[in-house]
Amino acid sequence: MKADVRQPVGGGAADAMPGEVLLSVKDVSLSFGGVKAIRGVSFDIKRGEIRAIIGPNGAGKTSMLNVINGFYHPQEGTITYKGQARQQMKPHIAASQGIARTFQNVALFKGMSTLDNIMTGRTLKMRRGLLAQAMYWGAAQREEIRHREFVEKIIDFLEIEAIRKTPVGKLPYGLQKRVELGRALATEPELLLLDEPMAGMNLEEKQDMSRFVIDINEQFGTTMALIEHDMGVVMDLSDRVVVLDYGQKIADGTPAVVQNDQRVIDAYLGVAH
Amino acid sequence: MSATLPSRASSAMLDTVPKLLLRNASAFAGRPAMREKAYGIWQSWTWAQALDEVRALSIGLYVLGLKRGDTIAIIGDNRPRLYWTFAAAQALGAIPVPLYQDSVADEMAFVLEHAEVSFAAVENQEQVDKVQSGLDRAPSLRSMIYCEPRGLKKYDHSRLHSFEDVQAIGRDELKKNAGTKDWWLAEIAEGKGSDISVMLYTSGTTGKPKGVMLSHANVVQSGQNANIFDKFTIDDTMIAYLPMAWVGDHIFSYGQAFAGGLCVACPESPETAIEDRREIGPTSFFAPPRVFENMLTQIMVRMEDAGRVQKAMFRYFLGVANRAGEKRLNGEELPPKDRVLYWLGDKFVYAPLRNRMGLSNLRIAYTAGEAIGPELFSFFRSLGINLKQLYGQTEASVFITLQPDGEVFPETVGKPGPGVEIKIDDSGEVLFKSPGVFQKYYKNDDATAETKTSDGWVRTGDAGFMDTRGHLCIIDRAKDVGRLNNGAIFSPKYLENRLKFFPEIKEAVALGHGRDFVTLLINIDLVSVGNWAERNNVIYASYQELAAHPEVYKTIERRVDEFNRALAKEPRMAASQIKRFLVLHKELDADDGELTRTQKVRRSFVEDRYTPFIRALYDGSKRASIKTEVTFEDGRKGMLEGDVAIVDMTTYDVPERTPMKEAAE
Repeated sequence: MKADVRQPVGGGAADAMPGEVLLSVKDVSLSFGGVKAIRGVSFDIKRGEIRAIIGPNGAGKTSMLNVINGFYHPQEGTITYKGQARQQMKPHIAASQGIARTFQNVALFKGMSTLDNIMTGRTLKMRRGLLAQAMYWGAAQREEIRHREFVEKIIDFLEIEAIRKTPVGKLPYGLQKRVELGRALATEPELLLLDEPMAGMNLEEKQDMSRFVIDINEQFGTTMALIEHDMGVVMDLSDRVVVLDYGQKIADGTPAVVQNDQRVIDAYLGVAH
Repeated sequence: MSATLPSRASSAMLDTVPKLLLRNASAFAGRPAMREKAYGIWQSWTWAQALDEVRALSIGLYVLGLKRGDTIAIIGDNRPRLYWTFAAAQALGAIPVPLYQDSVADEMAFVLEHAEVSFAAVENQEQVDKVQSGLDRAPSLRSMIYCEPRGLKKYDHSRLHSFEDVQAIGRDELKKNAGTKDWWLAEIAEGKGSDISVMLYTSGTTGKPKGVMLSHANVVQSGQNANIFDKFTIDDTMIAYLPMAWVGDHIFSYGQAFAGGLCVACPESPETAIEDRREIGPTSFFAPPRVFENMLTQIMVRMEDAGRVQKAMFRYFLGVANRAGEKRLNGEELPPKDRVLYWLGDKFVYAPLRNRMGLSNLRIAYTAGEAIGPELFSFFRSLGINLKQLYGQTEASVFITLQPDGEVFPETVGKPGPGVEIKIDDSGEVLFKSPGVFQKYYKNDDATAETKTSDGWVRTGDAGFMDTRGHLCIIDRAKDVGRLNNGAIFSPKYLENRLKFFPEIKEAVALGHGRDFVTLLINIDLVSVGNWAERNNVIYASYQELAAHPEVYKTIERRVDEFNRALAKEPRMAASQIKRFLVLHKELDADDGELTRTQKVRRSFVEDRYTPFIRALYDGSKRASIKTEVTFEDGRKGMLEGDVAIVDMTTYDVPERTPMKEAAE
């Protein structure tokens, strides 16, 4: 894993990155009844970067992703996406604006094939009506072929040709995660949210997944925010890291800075009070 | 379009592969040359299109600096673009050097350095990384061309070019200079049959790999001969899925395909090869025995899940196939009842099975590389699959012997191929002369002199004999072959391999070199014999107990007797009939040093360790006992005592009344 995936031989610098802020979160607080899941957190995600969100269990990481893609509505604070502040947000609007995500526990249609699952990611891009698609004729047919081609490119990219027609319920967990990533990619996202993409994977699967994350970022310039527990992965992949603990931001910066931050060390290792 | 090939007179000019390409592009212009599954759809290139691709690439490579005599490494899975790179380089007189795509960076660096490659055409980032990591050892490498851009965006592109870019350079050049096309044709015309066409590194079980240099004449003639031998036409399709660096793939998917205008299909990825084979339905198929083994296992596993009716049908018609299938394939007359039953079986069972395996359109399948179990071999043949064996090596451009249709015997590897001469020297080693004989090993004259005799024979390193039907039987590596005291040849591996085909025998150690007769130490197969014990209510507590069971001994005795009868029919081997054997009281184990980690018997160690047993085998005693040290899984050691029975076997005379000494006591 430590193999230096980020520095290709004779390579251009991976840090020649981003200027413009794609999404910023400002003083966001979220509570469920009396439980304060997120308390006044602010950070931003720049275009083209890989941004990691880390923290101990219950720190509010997944809640944060849910806030970003409009599943939860923060009681306080603002979220600005592509320069526009938003108030009430629905997941499908977030999706149509170019935010896609994968889930901590894979959420696929188990009975459907890999191909069909990824195809569902194209739903928002379909222009023809239900009837025309059912007839599968003329423009609807051409559109379907175009989408299928796009999906095939994703299948090629993620190297899952061999399971194209396999029902995803039959696949091992690591491959299901990859299919889920494929579905998210099918929406052609500008911002991709990955909730623990490597959880429960063995070393080889982690290496594969890390490579895909980097390749997606390089090839398509997709901005990514990922939650991950494997510190090796986080340090290798991400450009910047934000650390949450008990719903509060305790550190923010490059992996090297965050790694040496005393509050981060305390949060992870525990400290005597 | 007629399926005949141009007559011999005109093929005299077709002495290099690029010339064959030009011929194919005009003679078979609209016929498919290559197919590749990409984005889930089969893409095809006709011979005319293939020429266009190769030309653009070739001229692009020339512009980048590839010259006559340069070497270009080719690394990746079977891809049309990589096959075109062979032709593109050869058109310029450069020499392609395919490397095994799964070799590690260090092995790769050795070949890159040894072959002094100046270019490398690779499939993807993984290969780029491997090549680059060995760059300091291969200073001659100037440029790299890649097919798959993914992940390479941030690499230094000063010496790295995408396949499309190189072709674009070539196309641009063709457009700008009217004379380029003719110049390129002149470059091809300059090539001669005696030029080196390719360098194939043999993996070499001992020492560093050797670069086998094959000429255009080697590749072209081997391809042509194979096409004639098995009547290949432009309507034949094969699937390219074995490593491009392996001589078999180079001759089948490249030499043979170009020589005969055949169509080669490349699977989407190694994992999808089986599914892709089903879709393409190749007419010819090559696979090592283990692939056929896997296919059989898969069928059996699937049948376990089938319904009762299907299972019953499968069993019944498999019986019919067993009885009639091979005879039918060999062109023998069947009784009318069997003919009808086989026809029915074909409709309900065999054809669907062949379809499952993607072998519906198959005319010819070959296997080689290692011994194939006779039962496995017969299974496929009985289903109507024309599976045959061939014997070959890199130094021969593959073909030494092949089994002709109608003369397929599982224990032989066939008759000498077209233009091949074979002789067996006094030590039993097989030597050959053929149109495919390699030129030399690159930068290794010592090895060349060792392998190639001054009068043009090539030593195979294998020991064998020609049987009465004119078929070659390979018995062992020449260096492992010994002699009995009466001078007869003794090949432990030949005997052991055949014995191991019996399900009850897991391991056998044959002794005989420098002795009067052959004896055996046997390990029973705990799975298969244990299964038998369960079915027959034989109770046992350990391997030792089961191995010593009188019924088990009887079964093994029957097998060895069966084996002796079979051996008696082979004049060269009849002297190796088993005289006495015993069943070992423990399994040979790598932890005890008796096997290598790859489960091969360490012969000398075993002979040493079981000296009391071996003494007993040769001194005529009825029982033998021993005390051996064993190592348990956790590393502790203990002593194991064994007392085993020794069985005397009958040996049989050779039917032809060849004089044979009965080693009577």
